[in-house]
Amino acid sequence: MSWTLTRVGDSALVVAFEQRIDPTINARVVRVARAVQELHHDGVQDVVDSFCAVTVYFKPLHTDVESLARSLEEIAAGETVVREDGVESTPQRMVPVCYGGPHGPDLREVARFGGCSEADVVEHHVSRPYRVYMLGFLPGFAYMGSVHPRIAIPRRSTPRLRVPAGAVGIAGSQTGIYPVTAPGGWHLIGQTPLHTFTLDRADPFLLRSGDIVRFKPIGEEAFRRFVTEE
Amino acid sequence: MLLTVQDHGRWGYQRFGVPVSGPMDGASHRLANLLVGNRPSAATLEVTLVGPELEFDDDTLFAVTGAEFDLQTGGAATAMNSTVRARRGHRLVFGERRHGARAYVAVAGGFDVPLVLGSRATHLGSRIGGFEGRGLKSGDRLPIGQEIAANVREGETRSATVAMPIGGSRVRLLLGPDNGLFDPTTFHTSQRARYVLTTQSDRMGYRLRGERLVPRRQTELISTATPVGSVQVPPSGYPLVLMADRQTSGGYPRIGTVISADLPVAGQLAPGDWIEFESCSDRLAYAALIAQERTLMA
Repeated sequence: MSWTLTRVGDSALVVAFEQRIDPTINARVVRVARAVQELHHDGVQDVVDSFCAVTVYFKPLHTDVESLARSLEEIAAGETVVREDGVESTPQRMVPVCYGGPHGPDLREVARFGGCSEADVVEHHVSRPYRVYMLGFLPGFAYMGSVHPRIAIPRRSTPRLRVPAGAVGIAGSQTGIYPVTAPGGWHLIGQTPLHTFTLDRADPFLLRSGDIVRFKPIGEEAFRRFVTEE
Repeated sequence: MLLTVQDHGRWGYQRFGVPVSGPMDGASHRLANLLVGNRPSAATLEVTLVGPELEFDDDTLFAVTGAEFDLQTGGAATAMNSTVRARRGHRLVFGERRHGARAYVAVAGGFDVPLVLGSRATHLGSRIGGFEGRGLKSGDRLPIGQEIAANVREGETRSATVAMPIGGSRVRLLLGPDNGLFDPTTFHTSQRARYVLTTQSDRMGYRLRGERLVPRRQTELISTATPVGSVQVPPSGYPLVLMADRQTSGGYPRIGTVISADLPVAGQLAPGDWIEFESCSDRLAYAALIAQERTLMA
């Protein structure tokens, strides 16, 4: 698999792989990012993985950039000898979701888009595992894919001013969970009582890149029970 | 008026979607901390456009840097970029602002708000850090740290590290990563393009008005990490400059990145100011940063 190393601005180096949303490419990205973090190279401030790239932020006056670039090249090149099927055997994380009704104001529209029933939309959403490709947009927000093409509705033309925390949405081939109440343009099909981001927990972030997620439908009563138990 | 507690930024969590935040003008923030003997990571108060009245509960050494304001402490005129002593009960009053958009108030010991994910920087969008994750309001009380350096001298003055923009500023860019999608002469030194900051310009970024940039072909770019100072070109064609509270990733094409040495002056721009982009080389970007560092360490 090919890769490139580029400078972006004076404080970042980017290892970029083939520009495609693909689990094998992303698995490589996740491994490279981990290896770069483990370098603990002097001057590096942040290592950020995305769908198909790893961005390494560094302090320009405190970093031997040549040495960092060489290390990144070694890591990226080392990856090319690894076997191509990068899908790890990761345990699946289950996310309970109360679909439709007040929790999923756009479920009907997604059904209309897909030419199917709301129950079918839910079935499509829960019947496959999703890969967490990256976190971004908001703290703890996981971009997960890939959604069944029938329900892969594009973003709303007008975003909502307020999407509640826990809202589960679809935007194209991606599905995601809002970690905090925020404005947003995803089509909302349900809500989870889980907190994907909270400072009240030892590990604030529920999901990480490379995680495998499955959604499970729960009823209103179960949703309320979850919420009161916290 | 926006008043937020900022330290050097929340680093190490961008891979979890947590923005860096921190000061818009990092050089002035550092200078303020230097003047009161604080570590560079100490938290200061970032004052935007309109200044507050701050009352000191105790004798405190403080300094104000960045945007040029008329200042008074305990009724007496106070100099910018100086180490000043306030007595208990004194008020620091911000008067008229002359140049620049953001001032930094540092106190010896630093503002002692809780660390969140290793930092005291405020991220307003997700209500993380600083003072309860929000801008300060009338009546708020800010605790001050007890760790005070011994060798701080009242009356010390330093020259400003960054010249405040007067109506606007030129800002240098390192072209890329998507400049290949645009006309190669865009932002070339001989073809400067002047833009104006719209009112939709804030800590997240600056929305600009001016000549539209149209890529030579439409491409869907896959989301990737977005450094501070990235100049993005959204579908509208009007550039966006990403600043301190920017999201950690994005998919709009990026024509260039503001050089680190020019981020402080960029951080001193306000809606209505002009910004003029000029491409430069890696070598020049480094030379400019080294020169700025020398001024700070002098």
